[in-house]
Amino acid sequence: MADSIKKLVCIICPNSCELTVYLDEGEITKVKGNLCPKGVDYVREELYSPMRTVTSTVELKGGVLPLASVKTSKPIPKEKIMDVMDLLADVMVWAPVEVGQLIVENAGESGANIISTKKINKKRKH
Amino acid sequence: MKRREIDLAVIGGGPAGMAAALAAREKNIKDILLIERNHRLGGILKQCIHDGFGIELFNETLTGPEYAQRYVEKIHDKRIEYLTDTMVLSLSPDKKIIGASPDGLLDIRAKAVILAMGCRERTRGNIAIPGSRPAGVYTAGCAQNFINLKNYMVGKDVVILGSGDIGLIMARRLTLEGARVHAVVEVLPYSSGLPRNIRQCLTDYDIPLYLNHTVTGVCGLKRVESVRIAEVDDRWRPKPETTKEIKCDTLLLSVGLIPENELSNAGGIKINPDTGGPIVDENLQTSISGVYACGNVLHVHDIVDWVSMEASKAGVKAAEYLTGIKTSECNIKIKAGCGIRYVMPDMISGTRETDLFLRVSAPGRNKKITLKDKKKILSSVPKVRVNPAEMIKLSLNGLDLSGVNELEVQLEDG
Repeated sequence: MADSIKKLVCIICPNSCELTVYLDEGEITKVKGNLCPKGVDYVREELYSPMRTVTSTVELKGGVLPLASVKTSKPIPKEKIMDVMDLLADVMVWAPVEVGQLIVENAGESGANIISTKKINKKRKH
Repeated sequence: MKRREIDLAVIGGGPAGMAAALAAREKNIKDILLIERNHRLGGILKQCIHDGFGIELFNETLTGPEYAQRYVEKIHDKRIEYLTDTMVLSLSPDKKIIGASPDGLLDIRAKAVILAMGCRERTRGNIAIPGSRPAGVYTAGCAQNFINLKNYMVGKDVVILGSGDIGLIMARRLTLEGARVHAVVEVLPYSSGLPRNIRQCLTDYDIPLYLNHTVTGVCGLKRVESVRIAEVDDRWRPKPETTKEIKCDTLLLSVGLIPENELSNAGGIKINPDTGGPIVDENLQTSISGVYACGNVLHVHDIVDWVSMEASKAGVKAAEYLTGIKTSECNIKIKAGCGIRYVMPDMISGTRETDLFLRVSAPGRNKKITLKDKKKILSSVPKVRVNPAEMIKLSLNGLDLSGVNELEVQLEDG
């Protein structure tokens, strides 16, 4: 029997329950310390399929700023974060950009699009 | 010098200033001037490209620039006049504002003023870290500005002192951009950041958090070459035998925020030493009649949504002042008692519904917050968990405060 114990802080609400998770060969057998059932759901998602929204920047040409801030349109599997970051390193867009503008479709096979989070105007020519 | 008369001047075009100006406009104040020293509206949100903003107010999670843009668009829609690249140099008790703008000096005479200047970061000088003075020491927010707005990377091997939210967010940001964050060092026995940031910024990337530790020295002549860290005792004194050296080229400081009140001070506005912000009544009016304060210049918030809500209130109250609506006298003093770091506001009327905003001094579980008139307990609110990183809102609705002169807020075991 490969029993193990993991400690997690639930981040669903400000109660921040300190959870103790008992695992048997990777299977959750018991969760202690949660004040509500959401704690168990949180543990299940964090241990089996953690998802994160990635936010970063891409190079912007012709704009009043050198970078456009971007995000994934929805949370992606945690293990895909670095794939998305590698992909963003080579992305370049032209000003102007609008909030919500599509930058990359299905980034790194993550199922999420990369969208702009900032409105940036073109640089005026003098 | 250009002279102007104005009904309402709002100093600062970040989330607080924008929400305050919009709320005043909703109350039909026509003559509003929003003054921003930066080139664009939006304040610090422009560089906070991470998400988590807007959950309380819009029920969705937005990045900083997205949150700011919603307000910038409303400012345009409502045709609120604003000046950018304009720095307010002085504010006098008779509400005369001197500002430096690209068009020269401005002399603005306002009937009401809202202070929304935000806060700034505590620096190395403020916390007196010994060692040489090489390049590579930044405040976390400064590094955030360089990386997210200017496309300058600050370093490759990084140590972060302080586990406030900006430090945690920057630990993740630097890691995503290819740097190695070797340690986050926190002098307190607990992190001063939100639990979700510990999880998603440190644990996700296996970045070690050293609690009860501090930076005892910075080494390097031209550029940071290493920092020394050591464990501290319960009075924050480093234990020399625990010293270890971490090779790095960059030290980021995330060691607290200070409300930016130079203008308020010089203008004769009284400051609360616990918050570092102006003393205000329940209407967010400062010690000078017709001058209001909101957002991080009043007290440092953890969530921008609450900044916006507070600022809206300041805008409404300034509008009421301008239209001659009388407010109740605020004679009940609020005192931060045992276990409470501060309470805002400082004075209330006791005659209308109001909320107190407060922070506890240390984390705890199974506590209660009590409100006392001398020794008599007027109310007691249980709290499963309290954390200095999380501001607490306490409603006073339905509480009979007649005859009360001083209301003391205390944290007790539940």
